[in-house]
Amino acid sequence: MTESDSAAQQPGQDGDGGAPVSGGAPSRRAVLGWGGAGFAIGAAAAGGAVASFGGGSDMVSAAAAGAAVPFHGEHQAGIASAVQDRLHFAAFDVKTKDRGELVELLKEWTVAARLMTAGLPVGDGGFGGLPEAPPDDTGEALGLKASRLTLTIGFGPGLFAKGRFGLEGKRPEALVDLELFPGDNLDPARSGGDLCVQACADDPQVAVHAIRQLARIGFGRTAMRWSQLGFGKTSSTTPDEQTPRNMMGFKDGTRNISGTDRAALDKHVWVGAGDGSDWLTGGSYLVARRIRMNIETWDRTPLQEQEDIFGRDKGEGAPVGKSKERDEPFLKAMKPEAHVRLAHPDTNNGATILRRGYSFTDGTDGLGRLDAGLFFLAYQRDIRKGFVPIQRNLARSDVLNEYIQHVGSAVFAVPPGVRDKDDWWGRTLFG
Amino acid sequence: MRPARLTAIAAATVAAALTAVTGCSQKSAAGGDDVIKVAASDSACEVSRTEFPSGKVQIDVENKGSKVTEVYVLFPDARIVTERENIGPGTKASITAEIKAGDYEIVCKPGMKGDGIAQKVKATGKGGEEKRSPEMDAAVSAYRGYVVTQAEETLPKAQAFADAVKAGDVEAAKKLYAPSRIGWERTEPVAESFGDIDPKVDVREDGLEAGQDLEKDWTGWHRLEKALWVDGKITDREKQLADTLIADLTDWQKKVGQAEITPTSIANGAKELLDEVATGKVTGEEERYSHTDLVDFKANVEGAQQAYELLKPIAVKNDPELVKQLDTQFAALTVLLDKYRADKTTYEFTSYDKVGEPERKELSDGVNALAEPLSKLAAAVTK
Repeated sequence: MTESDSAAQQPGQDGDGGAPVSGGAPSRRAVLGWGGAGFAIGAAAAGGAVASFGGGSDMVSAAAAGAAVPFHGEHQAGIASAVQDRLHFAAFDVKTKDRGELVELLKEWTVAARLMTAGLPVGDGGFGGLPEAPPDDTGEALGLKASRLTLTIGFGPGLFAKGRFGLEGKRPEALVDLELFPGDNLDPARSGGDLCVQACADDPQVAVHAIRQLARIGFGRTAMRWSQLGFGKTSSTTPDEQTPRNMMGFKDGTRNISGTDRAALDKHVWVGAGDGSDWLTGGSYLVARRIRMNIETWDRTPLQEQEDIFGRDKGEGAPVGKSKERDEPFLKAMKPEAHVRLAHPDTNNGATILRRGYSFTDGTDGLGRLDAGLFFLAYQRDIRKGFVPIQRNLARSDVLNEYIQHVGSAVFAVPPGVRDKDDWWGRTLFG
Repeated sequence: MRPARLTAIAAATVAAALTAVTGCSQKSAAGGDDVIKVAASDSACEVSRTEFPSGKVQIDVENKGSKVTEVYVLFPDARIVTERENIGPGTKASITAEIKAGDYEIVCKPGMKGDGIAQKVKATGKGGEEKRSPEMDAAVSAYRGYVVTQAEETLPKAQAFADAVKAGDVEAAKKLYAPSRIGWERTEPVAESFGDIDPKVDVREDGLEAGQDLEKDWTGWHRLEKALWVDGKITDREKQLADTLIADLTDWQKKVGQAEITPTSIANGAKELLDEVATGKVTGEEERYSHTDLVDFKANVEGAQQAYELLKPIAVKNDPELVKQLDTQFAALTVLLDKYRADKTTYEFTSYDKVGEPERKELSDGVNALAEPLSKLAAAVTK
C-alpha cells in the first residue's frame, strides 16, 4: 500500500487559511499565541514567518520549521496536522503489572511531551544540576527549536488483555488483531506493542530526542520493543500543495485526506460519539506496517511496467489516460491489478484512510541489499472498515507485491487529545 | 573491564589527591613532644594522647604482648591513613603520616586478625576533611569492609583455579574458572580504580592496544579462559600466567583497603556494575569462550545491591520513592536471574550461548529497569 488513492473525496477547502481547524493543526493565531505564552518559538515567530498550517501548506519556510505545534487540543497532534519531514516511531511493552504505575507513567510522559513539543528540555534540564548525577534531559536537543515536534500516543491490544489492567471491557471492537495477509512475512521483533509513540518533527534530532526521553522515563515500567526512523514523508495531509515521492520514485499521497477537510476527517478518521467506545471519542485507530521494498529488482524494472504497476505515470503522476496528477482517475483504464486501482475507495466500498507514512532506510542487509521501504502509518475511524478491506484486496492481487513485503505490523487505539495542562494521555481510558 | 575509562571511584581518588596537594601548604606540627605512643598488648591498645595537632604525626608503637600485631590509623569511614604490619612481640616500630584535622581511630590487631582494638583520636587544627554525617561514614566503612572481604575470599578461589591450571587439569580448571571471578565482579569499580591491576587480570583479547603482543602482553582470566575452552590444553605459558594472576590479585587485595571511597562513589559504582552487565554480559562478550556470563552478571548485581543496601538509610530520607523503585527492580532482576539456575545456593547458571534472543532482551530490559533509577542514587545520597 504505497499509493495514494484511498481518499474518497477531493481535498476540502475551508476557504480560510488562518482559521483554527480540528486535528491539532494550529492557526496562525494559535502559533503566535504560544510565542506570547513564553515558549521558545524564537526567531520563527519574531520574523513573522510562521508556518501556515491551517492553510494546508507543506512548504514550510526554513524559519517556520522551528515553530511549535500546540500539544493541547480536541484531537492529538500528529494525525491531521501538517506532516513534518522526519519520524521516530517507537513501540513499547508495558513491564509493570500495576495499573497505578502505568497511570503514573502516562502522566509523566504527558508532562515531558508537553515540554518537548514546546521546544523545552524535560525535568531540570540537560546541565547545571548535581555533578554526581546524570542530567534529567539527555541534552542533544538543547538549542534546537521545537521543529514542529508532535508526539502522538497509541494503546495496543495487549493493554486490554484480561487480568492485566482491568481494561478488558474497554477494548474497542474496531481495534482488531490483523489477520495474516497473503505474502506477510512479519518479524515479531518489529511487530506489536502495548504502547506506541509517534514522534514527527522537521529535525530528526528533535524526534529522536523525544523518543529517547520517553524511553528513559519509562524504564522499569516500559521497555522499548522496536522503533523505526523515517525520513521523506510519503503522504501529506495537505495534498493540494505538494506530493512527495516514495522510495520507488512515484508520487505518493496525491489523494490523501486533507487535514483541513473536517467532513472527511469526521467521516473516516475520528472516532465518533456513537461508535462504541466512549473513551476513544475524538481519537482514532492507527495501523503501522513496515513495508520492505526490493529496491534493486524494482530499479531494473522497465519504466512502462513500473507505471502499469502503479496505474500512474512516473513524471507527472497522472492517472492512466489523464494528463494531470490531480485529474480524477478512470480506474477501468488501468490494468486490473494496478496498485492505484486496487487501493481506490471505489474498489473497496468507499474504504478510506488517512496515510502518514515515511520512507525508511536502515542501511544494508547482509546480502548487500538496501534495507529500505515504506513505514506505512494509516489513521482511520475503524480498522475493520479502513485498512483491512483495502489490504485484503491489495495482498490478494496487487502486482506491486512482487516488489514489496510487509515485515512488521502493529495496531493501536489512539486516544483523543490532551485538553489542557491538567489533562494527560489516557485519562479517558484510565481516569 | 573497561580500559581507559575513569571510574567513579578513580575520579574520587583524583579529587582527593587534589585536596591533598592543597593540604600540603599547611605547617607541619610534628615535633618531639608530639609523638604519640601506642602500647599494644594482646588485649589492649593504649595511646598516650587522644588529641594531637594535625600535620605530620609520628606514632611510636611498642608491642608488649605475646602475639605479632599490626597497628592502623583509620579515617572514620575505615579507610586506612597509614598502617604497620608484622610488629613482633617485644619489638618497637615507628610510623609517620600526614594527618589532616578530623576524627580518627588507632587500631591494634593482636594476632593480625579480626576487627582489633580501637581508640578514638582527634587531630586538631585547620584544613580538616569535609565533615560527613555518621551515617555516611558508616556506609563507607561497611562498604570498605565488603570490598576487603571480597578480595580476601577471592584469593583462595583464584588459587584453586590457578592450581588446577598448573596441574594441567583442564576440566577442573574450567569448573573453578567462573567462581574465582565472583568477588572481583562484585567489586569491579573499586578494582578498576587501581588502573594497573584491571588490565592485567581482566582484559579481553580485543582490549589490547596496538603494538601489544597477544602472546606476551595478554594476561589474566580471559587469556586462560581462551586456553581452556578454545585450545582445550594447558602449556607452560598458561601455568606461568596462573602464577601471574595470583600475584596481581594479591596486589589487588593489598590495595583495596586504601581505595578512596565516598558515598557518591559507592552509588555510582553500583550503577557502573549495571553498566558492566549492560555492555558486556547481556551481549555475551565478556565470557565469549566459557559462556559463563550469567555468573558475572549475578555477581555484578550482588555487588550493586550490597552498595545500594548500605546507602539505603541515607537515600530513604531524601528520596523514598526512588528506594521503593530500587527495591522492586532489584527483586525483579533477582527473580529473572534465578530462572537460569536450578539451585539458588550455587552459582551454576545456564551457559549463555543457550540463552535465546528473546530471553536476552528480557534480561536487558531488566537491567535497564534497574540501572536507570540506580543512576539517581548518587543524587539521592548527596541531596
